[in-house]
Order: sequence, then structure tokens, then C-alpha cells
Amino acid sequence: MSAEPARLELQEVRGPSAIGGGSRRFFDLLWLISLNEFKKTFFGTFLGYVWSLMRPLLLFAVLLVVFTRIIKLGGEIEFYPVLLLFNLVLFGFFQEATGAAVGSVLAQEGIVRKTQFPRLVIPLSSVMIALFTLALNLIVVFVFILAFGVDPTWTWLLFPVILALLLVFSCGAALLLSALNVRFRDVAIIWTVLATVLMYATPIIYPLEIIGPSFLREVLLANPLTLIFEQARHWIIEPAAPSAVAAAGGWLHMLPAIAIYIAVCVLGVWVFRREAPRIAELL
Amino acid sequence: MAVEIEQTPNSPRSESSSPPVAIEARGIGKSFRLPSHRIDSLKERITTFSNREFRELRALHEVSFDVRRGEFFGIVGRNGSGKSTLLKILASIYAADSGRVRMAGRLAPFIELGVGFNPDLTARENVELNGVMMGLHRDEARKRLPAVLEFAELEEFVDMKLKNYSSGMLVRLAFSVMIQSDAEILLIDEVLAVGDASFQQKCADVFHQMRDSDRTVVLVTHDMNAVEHYCHRAMLLHDGIVRADGDPHEVARDYLRLNFEQAPTAPGESGGTADVILVDAQLEDEAGQPATTVESRSPLRLSAVFEARRAVEGPTFGFALANADDIQVAGLGLQLEAGLPDRLEPGQRVRVSGAIENRLAPGRYVVKCWVHRNHNYANLVLHAPHVLDFVVFGPDVTGVVDVTHDLRAVIE
Repeated sequence: MSAEPARLELQEVRGPSAIGGGSRRFFDLLWLISLNEFKKTFFGTFLGYVWSLMRPLLLFAVLLVVFTRIIKLGGEIEFYPVLLLFNLVLFGFFQEATGAAVGSVLAQEGIVRKTQFPRLVIPLSSVMIALFTLALNLIVVFVFILAFGVDPTWTWLLFPVILALLLVFSCGAALLLSALNVRFRDVAIIWTVLATVLMYATPIIYPLEIIGPSFLREVLLANPLTLIFEQARHWIIEPAAPSAVAAAGGWLHMLPAIAIYIAVCVLGVWVFRREAPRIAELL
Repeated sequence: MAVEIEQTPNSPRSESSSPPVAIEARGIGKSFRLPSHRIDSLKERITTFSNREFRELRALHEVSFDVRRGEFFGIVGRNGSGKSTLLKILASIYAADSGRVRMAGRLAPFIELGVGFNPDLTARENVELNGVMMGLHRDEARKRLPAVLEFAELEEFVDMKLKNYSSGMLVRLAFSVMIQSDAEILLIDEVLAVGDASFQQKCADVFHQMRDSDRTVVLVTHDMNAVEHYCHRAMLLHDGIVRADGDPHEVARDYLRLNFEQAPTAPGESGGTADVILVDAQLEDEAGQPATTVESRSPLRLSAVFEARRAVEGPTFGFALANADDIQVAGLGLQLEAGLPDRLEPGQRVRVSGAIENRLAPGRYVVKCWVHRNHNYANLVLHAPHVLDFVVFGPDVTGVVDVTHDLRAVIE
């Protein structure tokens, strides 16, 4: 007994937490669970991937007809169809990630109540799965972008920045929503409505410039997604379009959106960490 | 009630060699707040202003114990005694309100078999996932696959999705995953009554091996047979307090005694008058020894003794068997033998004994009991909702009743 391995010394049991059980286990679990779930959707059914692609494409087709033939919304923009598709796929990621995350902890009740499981893995795997889908969808989107004759520019290399901003925001929202939904079960319902509102509060189907200086424009600019989408448009589709800073009218005007962005992320982490030890009891 | 705090001297592991402590629990307390009206939506939260009262339910109070390495430690107690809460605290599923737990070694973080299995994945994928949950590297988890499958005898089904497995196969896989993980500490909640007879035997062998190995096992169970069979030491929890801690045989006896003390004192639930109390009840094997497990289709030998506190005219004794889903599977009523006066005098005792035909599907059952007067079900004298429980083991059957038949299929 003299050469006692260190792991056989008494160590404090800290109880349930968001990460619990070490970071390697955390990332292994996150990866495995996301991958398995993704495989289930995409290879489990015959048309798995096709279906997931159909959704943005169909929406795209409908909106395209409505807004170019009937309401002529994007007539001025050179690459309106590609921009629309690009925006829809990006927003689709946010919507899918948060929509799946909000009910995820409840759905994984068995795991939460009967194993010591890093709780954080659950909402984050929803985001991961949406990310895998986004990666596949983006391939198609970039085929369209090139097919429509958009010239590649060096700013394409900055696309990961857009993705990272969107990913972090989605994770923050996912944590906040999934933790709140354990306590208040109607958060999931409220969120489906809010997500739709958010879609129209982000310049996705209409360009930001059709809204002149007004209170409405200020509201849209306070939406962090607006700035992310404007910057993406500037970098990827239409270099002539204003960047996020230009669209907002200077750095100072970006502050509300930046504040909301940070608030959502910080609040998400804080609420989730606070709730994590008690999640099992509330289920 | 005998309260023992230290190990009894006849416990084989308490010799001078005394292995190091693997689990140390000190002063664990846990309460649940039960709101009189639970607010679980934002709408209610916004619209409800008053009504923030709640009842504090004390699940555990100042629970302290040590488990030494290699020990097979049983935690017993009636439903609601706090034993599952304690297990969840040990497993880091619940956070304790007070006290602390320290452990030496890796813990298998499951308290129930098959948790974390994903029915849409194959056995291969699930074994890997489960291994990772237990803290193994992914490739370590994969390397373990052959051993897991071999023990579970499921090699041919490695690429079958779990949703297509039978429940018996699932249990075998789950049990196998658990024991093949090389966690030093295992927490197990009621798993002994699983699978068919031959797999049960295998599990029993494994438990025996574990008993003698370096692994530390904490077993939470109702099954006193298992406690007496496998445990080096046991602890009895009652209302969140440690009532006894020591020799498993004595703890098992304390548990049974507690059961009988409790059963007749809870007649209020159904308005019984407690003019008759139940003083003893047990299932027996053929040799007349107390039993808590019965093989399927072999008769249930029940023996119960009642004592009248006041005179009771025309007593009827009713028994019911409820399964784990609390579905009453069978019931029977009887009166005093013909020829005896149909009346109980104060202090008189009645023994009910005999065999009940056993058509029960394998699983856990609870025996409930009633006594009525005047042969009228409206006049409840005693209601004991949990007289004893037992496990029927045997091959899985479909449904709750194990019927025999002489159906034949022929080609016309």
C-alpha cells in the first residue's frame, strides 16, 4: 500500500455541475453524442440529408418568387437570390441550434437524472449538430454563389470570423434557453414565436438599406444578428454593400448590439452554471 | 431498535489489515422544497404573486459512513427513506445541502442499468458511448467491446440497433458494460432481479467475484436476500437518518422489523381503525425459511400473523399483489375457517398461511393487505399498503401474467 496511486487518494466529490468529470470526457462526450445524433438524422433515413437541404431551399424558392416577382424587394441588389439563400442558411443554423437546445435538457431527462453527466454537453450538442448541418448546407450555398457569378474575394477568408461570432451567440442563447426551460416549461413555446420574430428583425429577406433612419432601424441595429449578417453580406456576397460599422453609422451605434451580444453569452453561461447542480431535481 | 454505528467484529473486512477508505461521507443533509403549488411556467411566474409557500421535505439528515476499499456495502430502507437520494448524491447527480463526500478511485457514474443507451444506435456505438461516459478514452472504450459482448453473450448482435433488442438482451448488455468498466467504485440501484435465470446466475457469480475483489460496491436494494448474500456490511436508512450500520444479517432483520412496525401504523391513509394489527408477514421457501425471491411458476408461500387489539366481528382478510407499476395483479380475500367462531377477541392472534398459485410475470411485487369487519368492505379495520415485497425471477414473459396454455398451431 506504500506506492498508492494518486487517484486512489480520497478526493472531494463536488456534486453535479455544468462540466463535471474533466474536460477530456466533456469533449469526448460532446463529440460522440453530436456525431451519433447527426448520423441518425442523416444516414438513418434514406433522404436524410436531402430533407435537411430541402427546407432552406424550398423556403428560398418561395421567398425568391414572392420577393422578386411579386413584391420586387431585392430588385436593386445584384445578387439578391444568392444573398437570400446565404442569409436563410445562416439564420437556419441559429434557429435550428437554439430550437433544438431549448428542449434538450428536458428531452435527456434519463441521462440527467440517472448518471453523472456534464450537463453542458446537452445544449452544446444541439448546437454542434446544427453546425454539422450548416457545414453541409454551406457547400451547396457556395456552389450557388459561384454559379451566380459572384467573384471570390480575399474577404472570403474572413468567413470563419462570421461563423465564430454566430456560433458563440448561438451557444450563449442555447445555454440560456435550455436552463430556463427546465424551470419554466413554456420557454420552449415562447421561443418558437420569438425565433420567428427575430427572423424578421434581421435583414434576411429584405436589405437593411430599405429602412431609412427611424426608430425601427435603431431597433434592428440593436439586434446582434443584424450586424453579423450585414458584415457577412459585405465580406462574401457584395463588397459594395456597407460593412456592419458603416451600416450602423459608426462604432458608437454598434454598442447596443454588442452589449446585447455579450449579455446573452454571459447570462447564458451564468444561468446555466447556476442551474446545473439542480437540474436533476427540477426534472 | 438496535443502533450500531461501527462495523461488527465478525465482518470479514474489519480485520487489522483494514483497507483504506474508498468512500467517506460526513454529515450529508439534503432537503427538497415541495411548493404547495409548483410554478413551472413563465406565465404562472408572472401572474402568481402570493402562494410562495412550500413544504420542506428532509430527505437526508446528518448521514455519515465510510466504505472501505473492496467492501460490498448495502444500503437498505423503505421507499422514501432517502436511500436513492443518498445514492444520487454519491453519484454527483444531486448536490448535497450540507456535509461532504470524498472518494478514492474512479466511479462508474450510473445508478441504473442502461441509462445513456441510445436506442437508435448499435450495440457497438452504445458500448463506446457508455465507456466514454464512464470516463474512458474513446479507443479504450472501443477496445473493451469484445469483452463486453462476450459477457453479455451478444456477439452476433453487435451491429443491431438497440431498439430491436429484447429487454433481456438490453439488461445483459447494460450489466456487462457496467462490470467491464474498470471503475473502482460501483453504485448499483436494484439490479439483481434482471434477465433470465441463467443470466441471473451469471450476475450472481459476478457479484460474488466483486465481493472478493478490490472493487468497492454500493448496492441499494429492497432485497434482503441479496444484502445477506453479498454485502460485507449494510446500512439501514429510515426517514433520512442512519438507523443501523453493521452486520448485514442484523441490518436485514432491523429492516424487516421496521417494515412491520410501520405497516400497521399507517392505516390512516384509508381510514382503517387499527383494531387489528399485522405482527408478522413473510414469504417462505419450501423449507419454511423466509424468502424474498421466488422462481416463476413456483407457488408463493405466504405466512402472516394478525393480532386483534379490540373485538372484531366477522373479520375478512384481504391480500393483493401489485407489480412494480403499482398495478394490482391479483387479489384474494378469506375469512376464518368454517367451524371457528366468526369473531376475534382482543389479544387473539390469527395466522394466515398457505400457498398461492404463481402466475406472475418476473419482476418485483408488493404485497398489500386489508382487514375488514362484518364481511363488509366498507368497514376497514386495517390497511397495510406495503406488507412485504418480493421478486419473481425467471424467463421474460409478455404481459403481467404468465399463463399456461395448450394452444397448437397446425396447417389446415
